[in-house]
Amino acid sequence: MSIRERLSGNEAAATAMKQINPDVVAAFPITPSTEIPQYFSTFVDNGMVDTEFVAVESEHSAMSACIGAEAAGARAMTATSANGLSLMWEMIYIASGMRLPIVMSLVNRAVSGPLNIHNDHSDAMGVRDAGWIMLFSETNQEAYDNLLMAHRIAENENVLLPLMVCQDGFITSHSIENIELLEDEKVKEFVGKYIPKHYLLNEKEPVAMGPMDLQSFLFEHKYQQAEAMRNAKQVILDVAKDFEKLTGRKYGLFEEYRLDDAEIAIVCMNSTAGTTKDVVDILREKGIKAGLLKVRVFRPFPAEEIAKALSHVKAVAVLDKADSLNGAGGALFTDITSAMQVNGVQVPTSSYIYGIGGRDTTTKEIESVFNDLMEDSKKEKIENPYRYLGLRKE
Amino acid sequence: MNNMVEIRWHGRGGQGAKTASLLLADAAFNTGKYIQGFPEYGPERMGAPITAYNRISDTPIRIHSNIYEPDYVVVVDDTLLESVDVTAGLKEEGAIVINTTKDGEELKTLLKGYKGKVYTIDARKVSIETLGKYFPNTPMLAAIIKVSKIMNEEDFIKDMEGSFKHKFAKKPEVIDGNMKALKMALNEVKEVK
Repeated sequence: MSIRERLSGNEAAATAMKQINPDVVAAFPITPSTEIPQYFSTFVDNGMVDTEFVAVESEHSAMSACIGAEAAGARAMTATSANGLSLMWEMIYIASGMRLPIVMSLVNRAVSGPLNIHNDHSDAMGVRDAGWIMLFSETNQEAYDNLLMAHRIAENENVLLPLMVCQDGFITSHSIENIELLEDEKVKEFVGKYIPKHYLLNEKEPVAMGPMDLQSFLFEHKYQQAEAMRNAKQVILDVAKDFEKLTGRKYGLFEEYRLDDAEIAIVCMNSTAGTTKDVVDILREKGIKAGLLKVRVFRPFPAEEIAKALSHVKAVAVLDKADSLNGAGGALFTDITSAMQVNGVQVPTSSYIYGIGGRDTTTKEIESVFNDLMEDSKKEKIENPYRYLGLRKE
Repeated sequence: MNNMVEIRWHGRGGQGAKTASLLLADAAFNTGKYIQGFPEYGPERMGAPITAYNRISDTPIRIHSNIYEPDYVVVVDDTLLESVDVTAGLKEEGAIVINTTKDGEELKTLLKGYKGKVYTIDARKVSIETLGKYFPNTPMLAAIIKVSKIMNEEDFIKDMEGSFKHKFAKKPEVIDGNMKALKMALNEVKEVK
């Protein structure tokens, strides 16, 4: 029997970390993820976990401490947002390059400047090529569930990559909502014990970690990272299958909501997917065949699978909560259109930049996108694919 | 979706509107509902106008946006009536609950012709009499339960006693006063005719 609770997204993430009971947590507070290390440090203080909590002086040090801990053979976790992640940037690449399965809770927030503490996905998009597995979460429940699955994916010997679980700052991190929790013992059993193959504190096998890697090998090592990312797709699905057996909650690489017979579709990530589901239902009642594809696994990018899932629709809108500022659409849009092109899917697709810096996204705005798509679906080629949603024009 | 009740709170930073919205979410959760309780964070400063929201439903809540057409509005500080459009989007079949001592005529002008029901309560009086200090959020929480009827009053009182015992585990001396404030507020909230 699961436990019926009500928690904010940050409480959900901290609860998952408590139940995982990692060896090391190193973190530095930053809005809106501050509460995660705050709650977690009380669990440490109350003796509810065995974790060594390292209160560092910066996010660069937080990631460095996680790298040191994982390299030594420990299971390490952290949490951050926006500029905290920016400050980690150097170490983010070192974590993935050293193939250390660190797990991070990333509470998405706009990266400065100008200074803004509210939600968008510019922090996550800034590290999308850093070799981390990236899972996105619509709700507090998904943030919790994704964290429970995280270590089994990251630590799999065919993967060995760090992993971040994203959720929307404030929108889910600070909203109290219903959630189904698992009992502590079930989480412990599901996550399992971390048994690293190679680690620094193994006196029987002296190893060097993170040495110089020049022309003769770096290329091959980067290829291995890419291979690990490709392998991760199946591992993510396998772990999800076990998780479904345990909880009844089904997870895939992405979620298709009324997409199988849809003529027009929105693609988005995180909390906006929930709002979109409500709009899809309203439009369906009016006889409009609207659907949603919610990306859960953004890295590795399920290109072939997404292209196939969208191949039958007549028009697609990709919603990006970060502007790539390249004049040619957001990052998710670029990935989706590339996936479709490579897989021979020709569907008129447009980019919508939305929700920047915490700008609220309403059902009316989502409905306006579907209205645009109805027009687009009548055309062979659309003239204005780079669009904005909820932008004030005056 | 059809059975969803949406509530918007207007208060000033430090008055506990956010806490009240979270307590309301808690109370509704304990009666088996699906809930959302979330503040709209701006610059967090004592005295600055703040907004908080509740959604309460019998079925899972998927929408993640602010509330623009609430069923109920709670105004924790009546000085906001002059600066904030508190009835914006408020449904006419809904109601507004205001912490004020102003009379009906005065409120009518301030509410710009809102046609739904208007309720008032002097939360300052309730709070001072029961708690000895001005904490308007506890009386306002009881007032919105009374007006919205999202749960019956007995269940609410019973549930809040549990919540306060948990919330104030380290200062049990304030539990009695808060319970008195809730009970008194249930009787003090009046419809403006």
